[in-house]
Amino acid sequence: MRSLKLDNVRKSFGKVEVIKGVDLEVEEGEFVVFVGPSGCGKSTLLRIIAGLEDLTDGHVLMGDEIVDNVPPSKRGLAMVFQSYALYPHLTVRGNMRLGLKQAKMPSAEIAERVKRAAEMLHLEELLERRPAELSGGQRQRVAIGRAIVREPKLFLFDEPLSNLDAALRVNTRLEIANLHRVLGSTIIYVTHDQVEAMTLADKIVVLNEGRIEQVGRPIDLYRTPANRFVAGFIGSPKMNFVEGAAAERFNANSIGVRPEHMTITDVDAIWAGNVNHIERLGSDTFIYVNTADSGLLTIRVPGEIAFEVGDHVGLFAEDQMVYRFDKSGAAIRAG
Amino acid sequence: MASKATSSLPRSVAAHAILISYTVLALFPVILIIFNSFKTRKAIFRSPLSLPDAESFSLIGYRTVLEQGDFFGYFQNSLIVTVVTLLLVLLFGAMAAFALSEYRFRGNTLMGLYLALGIMIPIRLGTVAILQIMVGAGLVNTLTALILVYTAQGLPLAIFILSEFMRSVSDDLKNAGRIDGLSEYTIFFRLVLPLVRPAMATVAVFTMIPIWNDLWFPLILAPAEETKTVTLGAQVFIGQFVTNWNAVLSALSLAILPILVLYVIFSRQLIRGITSGAVK
Repeated sequence: MRSLKLDNVRKSFGKVEVIKGVDLEVEEGEFVVFVGPSGCGKSTLLRIIAGLEDLTDGHVLMGDEIVDNVPPSKRGLAMVFQSYALYPHLTVRGNMRLGLKQAKMPSAEIAERVKRAAEMLHLEELLERRPAELSGGQRQRVAIGRAIVREPKLFLFDEPLSNLDAALRVNTRLEIANLHRVLGSTIIYVTHDQVEAMTLADKIVVLNEGRIEQVGRPIDLYRTPANRFVAGFIGSPKMNFVEGAAAERFNANSIGVRPEHMTITDVDAIWAGNVNHIERLGSDTFIYVNTADSGLLTIRVPGEIAFEVGDHVGLFAEDQMVYRFDKSGAAIRAG
Repeated sequence: MASKATSSLPRSVAAHAILISYTVLALFPVILIIFNSFKTRKAIFRSPLSLPDAESFSLIGYRTVLEQGDFFGYFQNSLIVTVVTLLLVLLFGAMAAFALSEYRFRGNTLMGLYLALGIMIPIRLGTVAILQIMVGAGLVNTLTALILVYTAQGLPLAIFILSEFMRSVSDDLKNAGRIDGLSEYTIFFRLVLPLVRPAMATVAVFTMIPIWNDLWFPLILAPAEETKTVTLGAQVFIGQFVTNWNAVLSALSLAILPILVLYVIFSRQLIRGITSGAVK
C-alpha cells in the first residue's frame, strides 16, 4: 500500500527555487533515505513532508489524502531532529509524553506507551532526568523514544547521527535498523553520508540542486548509476573520472572507474604514474597515483601492500568495470 | 581561563587599576550624595567631601522629606509606573520579537527597520503631539498616560535585542513542539521565553532605569500631586531662590533604593545575557 506520495512538489524562498519539481512514491513499511550534498534541498523536502514548511506548488499525499493544509501534529508522523530538540524544562518522561497529552490521550495509555518505548531503547533508568543530564547518545535515544510513543504512520529522521561520535554512530545506526524491523513502519531518513544511506535504506533517493537524480535500491545505484553525479556520490572512496583521450577510446565524453575496480599491473597498463600518497587502513590500502594525462587516480587494494610514495606503477581496469558518460553526464549503457 | 600564558602580574595590576579607578569615578557622585544627605546644612557647604561625624550628623533632610509632601505616594507612583511598564514592554516586546524572528511575511524587514527607527529618534521630539493626544483622551494627570508613553519608549530597544536572541533559539526545538501539537502561544511561552531569559533581564534593566529617572514626562503629563513620581517630588525642594539641599539629597538617596533592589534581582541574569550575546 502507498504510504506517501509527492506530486510535483516545488518550493521557492523568494526568487530562489530550492525544490524544483519532485515526484516520489513511498510504499508502506519502506525505509527511504534522501541523500545528497549539503544545500541540495533534502532537509527542506523533509520539512515539507512534515508540514513545517509550506510548498509553493504541487501536492503531498499521505495514503490517498492530500495533506497540503493539514498541520504537522495531525499528519500522523513523528520526527527526530539532528540537534535532538528535547524540551529542556521537561524530564525524559515529560518529553516523551508531551505529544500524547496534547492529543488528549488517556493517561493510563500514555504511561503504557512510554514504558514500552523506554524498554525498547533502554531508557528506564533515565526517565526522571532532564536532557541537560544526559549524554549525546542518550539524548538521541530519548528523541527517538519521543517519536516512537506517537506510534506514527511515518517516521522522519533529519540527519539524526551527525552529532554523534563515530563509534556511537555505528551503534545507533544498528539500533535504527533494528527499530525499523521491529516496528515495521515507514521511515524517511535524511543524511549527507552515503555510508548511512547504503547500509540503512530499502530505497535511496539521490538529490542534487533540488532535483531527484536517481531512485533505487542501494546496490542498483552502486552498479548502474544513472549519471555522473550519482556515480561520484555513491561509493567510497569516490569514483575516478577521466576525460579526454582515455575516454574517447571508450567512445564516451568521460569515463569513471571505481577505486576497488582498478588493479596495479606491470603489463597492459592503461595509466601509469608515481604514487603520491598511501593510506593504510589495515583491511584496505588506498593508493593515490599521479598520472601524466589523467590527473590523480585512487586505487583501493584489499589488505596491505608494499609500495612507497614515489614508486612508479601501472594501472589497469577491466573494460566491463568502466562506466561511460556522455556530454550531459548521463550514463551510456553498454550495447 | 586565567592560564599562565594569558595572564601576567603587571597586566592584571594594570587591568585592576583601570577598573578600580573607573568604579571610583562612577560611584563618587552617588556616595557623595548619600554622605551629604546625613549632614547638617552648614556641614554640607563647609566641607562637602568630609564624612558625617558626631557634630555634623543630622537626619533633618530625611525628616523633611518624610513630613513634607506625600513621599510614600510618590514612591508608589514611581513603582507602579516602572513595574507595569516593564511588564508591558517585556510581554509585547517579546511577542513582537518572536513574530519578527520566526515568521516570514510581507514587510517583515520593513517592520523591523521601522521599529529600529524608534531607537534612533528620541520620543521627546513628539512631546507636543503626545500632550495633545493625552489631553484629547482625557489622560492628563493619570499614571496611565506615563505607562503608555514609557511602553512606547521602551518597545523598540526591547524588540531589537530580543529578536536577535530569539533567532538563536533552535528551529528544531520549535518544530518539535509543532509536531507534538503545541500551539504557537505554548511554543512561545513554554519553549522560547525560558531560553531567552537572560536577554529579558538585560531588556528589563535598560528599560527600567531611564523610566525611574525620568523627569520630563511626569512634569508635562502628570504634574498633579497625586500622580507625582519620586524624581518630580524631589523637585519640590529645589526653589528659585532657596534650595533645601538636605531634603533634595535625602530624597535622591531614598530614590536609589527601590531601583537598586530591582537591579539586584535582574543582575545575575543580566551578566549572563550580556556575555552570551558577546561571545556568540
